[in-house]
Amino acid sequence: MSLLEIENVTLRFGGLVAVDNVSLHVETGEVFALVGPNGAGKSTIFNLISRFYDPAEGKIRFDGNDLLTQSADQVPGFGIARTFQNIELFEQATVLQNLLVGRHRHRTTGVLSDVLFSRKAYREELRHREAVEQVIEFLDLQAYRDKMIGGLPYGVRKVVELGRALASEPKLLLLDEPASGLSVEETQDMAFWIEDIQKQMGISVMMVEHDMGLVSAVSNRVMALSDGKELATGTSADVQSHPAVIEAYLGTGEISKTGTSRA
Amino acid sequence: MRFVFKTSYDADIRLFKHRAQATWYVLLLLLVLATPLYFVAIDDAYLLGEITGVLILAIAGMGLMLLTGHTGLPSLGHATFMALGCYVNINLLNAGVPWVIAFPVSGLLAGLIGTLIALPVLRLHGVYLALATLAMSILTSDFVVLAEPWTGGIAGAAVPDINIFGIEVNRYSTPYKFYYLVLFVTILLVWAYRNLLRTPTGRSFTAVRDSEISARAMGINLTRTKATSFFLSATAAGLAGALFGHSAGYVTNETFDLVMSITLLLMIVIGGLGFIHGAFFGAIVVGIIPVAIANGRSFLANAFDVNINIPGLESAMFAFILVCFILFEPMGLYGRWLKIRTYFELFPFYRKDMFKRQKSYLKTDRVQ
Repeated sequence: MSLLEIENVTLRFGGLVAVDNVSLHVETGEVFALVGPNGAGKSTIFNLISRFYDPAEGKIRFDGNDLLTQSADQVPGFGIARTFQNIELFEQATVLQNLLVGRHRHRTTGVLSDVLFSRKAYREELRHREAVEQVIEFLDLQAYRDKMIGGLPYGVRKVVELGRALASEPKLLLLDEPASGLSVEETQDMAFWIEDIQKQMGISVMMVEHDMGLVSAVSNRVMALSDGKELATGTSADVQSHPAVIEAYLGTGEISKTGTSRA
Repeated sequence: MRFVFKTSYDADIRLFKHRAQATWYVLLLLLVLATPLYFVAIDDAYLLGEITGVLILAIAGMGLMLLTGHTGLPSLGHATFMALGCYVNINLLNAGVPWVIAFPVSGLLAGLIGTLIALPVLRLHGVYLALATLAMSILTSDFVVLAEPWTGGIAGAAVPDINIFGIEVNRYSTPYKFYYLVLFVTILLVWAYRNLLRTPTGRSFTAVRDSEISARAMGINLTRTKATSFFLSATAAGLAGALFGHSAGYVTNETFDLVMSITLLLMIVIGGLGFIHGAFFGAIVVGIIPVAIANGRSFLANAFDVNINIPGLESAMFAFILVCFILFEPMGLYGRWLKIRTYFELFPFYRKDMFKRQKSYLKTDRVQ
């Protein structure tokens, strides 16, 4: 059984079919990449898994559980963590506090024991801090741990968001364009981290990415989407040489057909 | 510039960052504990009553700060929760319930009723939530009139004296005891507030404030978190309301009016949204302005024989100060203090844009 199974999922926004009968599965321990032109429905699939959208048809199962019966805030409890395309950090909090929010799914204390700062709350707080410090160590964020997000450069924010997702100790990590806006060096760091996340931490990764260099370097399998439909799935090289993928990115080469080639 | 070398997780958890900071707060504690001695010496407790009033406002301000400053939910209806706390307290005391029970219960009941009222409006954002709570505030006075058996209606209700295991506390006959009582409650609530902020509950509040979508993606239940914040906030307001009743001695349907709700909101904006200190700075400003106006008036009358009797002068001053803060110092008084402190700590390396934020106000303040 796969870790994540998406079966024949369709999502419509009015007349627009954003995701059209897509099926995919992510195996435990693999890096699975979604590629495709803008508006292909890649991030939409992430939002479906996060339960921000309700699919019109289809099934989404994670680790044997039906995700469609769960609400968005219950999804992380199963071990799914995500980042966002346009960085959604808690701006007026420090890096440390942001990462600690990532630990939310592991909290066991109630409001009362928090307000009174009971022994239990204290011990749990120590555990959270320890887990977060490991993430800070892993991502080299020591220099920024007490800095406010509002004052951090873009590249660092991207890493903090990855850290926040990692702090929740997920089984599956959804990375929405982890390398967008990053410099060449930062993208390389990101590639090493994704590899370490997969191999050392044993976390499965599903990512949306436009940087084919990064995709080829880290992913085991790649799925190409266009207009909400699956074009091809396979290794990075297979997908990149697939005729349908080339057509989606570059067109058919026949000018008279460009307007209708997708129909 | 001080460097704190952190060698254990406790360094991030403990209430004071370093020994010097702890020393300052101990000194502050000693100062507030010793304040009454001065008034004993001059044998005039009038100003001490004003200071007690400031503390009570600060308690209500902390309640609103938790909701607006830390959870990002604006409320123009916190006087309603103060009224709830006040009237519950009065009725319990009149029914013979000891104060040590009646007081916390009045807070909790205000919290519970507040949450019940809030649940339907919590789906609203920004200005819409502000409008809904504003409506609540406008209705309060009418409800107080309608609930005459419990509130005394327009005629008002007298607030019984506090009796703690035989010790009588009254604002006028024993102002020092009343001051220490309010101070104790204030310190207790500050401690609870600090605990909240260093544990998951408080962090989930700030998460909801800064990004709802990402809070959900981290497993935070928005409705539950907002309701929790509303409960705690209304509880603090209820406690403040009960103390306010004791301080006023007599409350009518006009005591907890819209102006008080607005004053509370002004207070936390002037003090600095998102900082516990902000509630206190704001309360001090709000407490000082009427005194300053009265003193200024009598000074002008005595020295220059000029009599200024402009109705609504206080409100106009508040409004003017608020506009100035929003224009020139959105981080409030506490933010200004942080900047001044950083300036001296880093001298001469302070840069003007050090506190510049990419987004100058909270996300939830925007119309959504």
